[in-house]
Amino acid sequence: MARLQLRINADLVDADAPDHWTLLEVLRYRLGLTGSKQGCDKGDCGACTVLVDGKPWLACLTLAASVQGRAITTIEGLLPAHRRAGGEGADPVQEAFDRCGALQCGFCQPGMMLSARALLNRCPQPTREQIRDALSGNLCRCTGYTQIFEAVESCVAEAVGAKPDLRSWEAQLAERRGKPVTP
Amino acid sequence: MSARDLHGPGAPWGPEAPGAKANADFGVVGKAHRKIDGLAKATGAAVYTDDLQLPGMLHAKTLRSPHAHARVKRVDFTKALALPGVHAAIGGDSMPIKYGVIPWTPDENALAVDKVRFIGDPVAAVAALDEDTANAALKLIEVEYEVLHAYFDPREALARTAPAIHESKKGGNVSKSVQLDFGDVDSALSQAAVVVEDDYTFHGTTHAPIEPHCAVATYSADGLLTLWSATQITHYVHRALSRVLELPPHKIRVIQPCLGGAFGGKSDPFSLEFCVSKLAMLTGRPVKMLWTREEVFYAHRGRHPMQMHYRSGATADGKLLGVDAKILIDGGSYSSFGLVTTYYSGQLLTGPYHFPSYRFDSTRVFTNKPPCGPKRGHGSVQPRFAFEIQLDQLAEKLGLDPLEIRRRNFQGDFTRTVNGQRITSNGFLQCLDEVERASDWRARKGKLPFGRGLGVAGSMYISGTNYPVYPNEMPQAGVQLKVDRSGLVTVFTGGNDIGQGSNSLCAYIVAEELGLKLDQVRVVAADTDLCPVDLGAYSSRVTFMVGNATIDACRKLREQLVAAVAAKWECAAGRVRFIDGLVVDLEDVSRSMSTMEAFQLAETKFDTLGATGSYNTPTLGGDYRGGTIGASPAYSFTAHVVECEVDVETGRITVERVWIAHDCGRAINPMIVAGQMEGSAYMGLAEAVLEDHDINRFGLHKGPSLLDYRIPTSLDTPEFHALIVESLDPEGPYGAKEAGEGPLHPSLPALSNAVYDAVGIRLKHLPFTPAKVLAALREQRAAAKQESTGALARGAR
Repeated sequence: MARLQLRINADLVDADAPDHWTLLEVLRYRLGLTGSKQGCDKGDCGACTVLVDGKPWLACLTLAASVQGRAITTIEGLLPAHRRAGGEGADPVQEAFDRCGALQCGFCQPGMMLSARALLNRCPQPTREQIRDALSGNLCRCTGYTQIFEAVESCVAEAVGAKPDLRSWEAQLAERRGKPVTP
Repeated sequence: MSARDLHGPGAPWGPEAPGAKANADFGVVGKAHRKIDGLAKATGAAVYTDDLQLPGMLHAKTLRSPHAHARVKRVDFTKALALPGVHAAIGGDSMPIKYGVIPWTPDENALAVDKVRFIGDPVAAVAALDEDTANAALKLIEVEYEVLHAYFDPREALARTAPAIHESKKGGNVSKSVQLDFGDVDSALSQAAVVVEDDYTFHGTTHAPIEPHCAVATYSADGLLTLWSATQITHYVHRALSRVLELPPHKIRVIQPCLGGAFGGKSDPFSLEFCVSKLAMLTGRPVKMLWTREEVFYAHRGRHPMQMHYRSGATADGKLLGVDAKILIDGGSYSSFGLVTTYYSGQLLTGPYHFPSYRFDSTRVFTNKPPCGPKRGHGSVQPRFAFEIQLDQLAEKLGLDPLEIRRRNFQGDFTRTVNGQRITSNGFLQCLDEVERASDWRARKGKLPFGRGLGVAGSMYISGTNYPVYPNEMPQAGVQLKVDRSGLVTVFTGGNDIGQGSNSLCAYIVAEELGLKLDQVRVVAADTDLCPVDLGAYSSRVTFMVGNATIDACRKLREQLVAAVAAKWECAAGRVRFIDGLVVDLEDVSRSMSTMEAFQLAETKFDTLGATGSYNTPTLGGDYRGGTIGASPAYSFTAHVVECEVDVETGRITVERVWIAHDCGRAINPMIVAGQMEGSAYMGLAEAVLEDHDINRFGLHKGPSLLDYRIPTSLDTPEFHALIVESLDPEGPYGAKEAGEGPLHPSLPALSNAVYDAVGIRLKHLPFTPAKVLAALREQRAAAKQESTGALARGAR
């Protein structure tokens, strides 16, 4: 058993956990931060992705003790950080994922959104190829990724004050009905 | 009045019905709204089963069989129970009653009773203070096995009867066999101008939802069992627990928390649900079991491998005359939904094309592999794969464009299939038009450079099924509304939201019907104590059935609300309109009130407010044994065009673009519909080129991990163009049909057809690995060489 001191989101927290516990186990089963998910427990799916010093990091392959003193961001940290910075609603990535239908079952999405957040932090206007590349460590089984790409692009468009391209179905239905389908 | 009467033919929202609404008249329906639980999921606040932590909770693990087929002679827990921290250990004798999702074929035990039937079959379970202790205890359980001959080849399982995998089953290792014929296929084919006969193989794939199965149980001092489970059918789990644990059903509560993907893989009752319940009853403490990813692969219930032989004939102008199918289905070790699968493998092929005659002969056999079951497009993706390639083969022989042969055989709308299924709205021709236009088919098909090709395929699928799994006349979907003085309406539905958005669907409908803002509706779902029964998320039934039940409840409630307001305003009821959170007088716009006030008026006038609604299918299906299996109140239709590139050096196929046109009746939320279409096509294409669920020659799973079982990453996924076709079904809610499973079907055959266009090889055996592509290309070169030497020789003579 080890006494750990971790910098998680805005807090410095103490936790007692067995020496061999991963960061994911400590987050989920000691600290109640269950937004980080376990999909495979061996680094294949990316559902456990958190940010460590701003970089996407597989919490299921990281010993909790090895990241003491480093800045850890979980999905629970995004909205409060956005509010502290004077923002409204949730983090623009979270809002865009919700707005664009990218959340189906939602299980992979905390990891996915943190990967997207890290991408946008280092590259505010990524191309579709850069988005594909940055999210390639996060498996999604529901969406076919399209609405996820569109969400990241919508987030970029919003940041620069542009209108995102109409999606194929959106253009087709708007033409058929003579008015937009997105309220 | 039951919904069966209300929503018969001529229900209120068909295109020709009096008062039918155009999209422009809707407030909520038809527009791209957010989901009601979207931000909860986006912020990590949504609670999935493994997120539950209860005080004093124990952790359970499962001991699994290392043998593919063996008799269990002895299980000894002595050493395991002596380990500090271990609270209970159970084997098969603790729950000897068999169960199965289909009531006619109960052949599963929560833990092996006398035999194990595949590597990974559950044998024993342990509850301990933590997972580490539970895992250590598993190693201390002693099990003695007598190894039996194991079957890995379905042909051997069919031919050899001893040892039988299920000894209680008559007919050796045959799980189910169905022969049905409609019309005289042999004479039809003898008159055909062209006949194609060929073999096709579907390999076997699994769902791989990102959330592994998980269950938590508590057993209260007064004998109430509560189970939280990652299931997509709460009601069947409820029934199965009652049966196996011998508890009256009213002493069981089943709750489905937020669910991390299912795709059919969480439809059966599973071992862990019984184990945590039993262990909670034994220990008096909450018990959780979370399966590892490896265990999820063993639980499987994925798409059945099928060996398919098809013979089809057509007239000289391409009209189908007859289709003859013989299918061998590898069921794996248990029945699961296999009875239905066997029927579906034949019953669901009879559209969107007119079959003048049709025959199928499908046999499902047991083998010692992880059990197969329902996966998105249950039982019909495999035959569709075979048949849509065969249609292209027919078109080629006749010199017809593949799109044209599909148009010529279109069955039409408001018709009946050869096997007696009622077809209502049918937008398949528009689907073909959409993909033809969007893919620029006419300019590009057959004209792209060598190595690049276009392929088309079509399909149909059910929107729910007439067959309620266990026979009963009660509604298939029920909904309750609770109206609050605060202006809030709460919907109680037994429907299972598995990420497809069914809870949001309920909210959209209530907001539409009662003129509320979306934040004035909350949904409580999938809790057997709180919600009326719904049969769950399978067979693409939820939008159609829960949607109709919700409308039914809303319209009853609206009558009361309107009457109360009309009485207050002393005006005719027809003048009272609920819109966007307000109640207005259509003839005096200065007069309005909030819906909250209207709710209070109605509560004053009528007493506490609430309403129930239900849906049941009309009487459907062919008049023969099995004629109701595959009978649906409405069918969805789909067409895909796939564009691919084939690298002839490496044999690698790259799917570049896919145009998906899907007739979903009416898109209640087109953004959710598009997401289902893209997700379906993605899953289907991955089954064609990446995924392969198989065992090795010892019966051991080939690679039970998400590294070895290759589901596509964001780099592998093609460019999707979702094109929504709305045929407005007369019985669907606002004309809606399904969108979650149909759009998967054409992906696989359209890709095979595209590969043929690209490089001239006909891929008929899945998966399309580089090795198979290279072998086919070699064969093609050898045949061409033989042809040219033959031609030379003929020229020399």
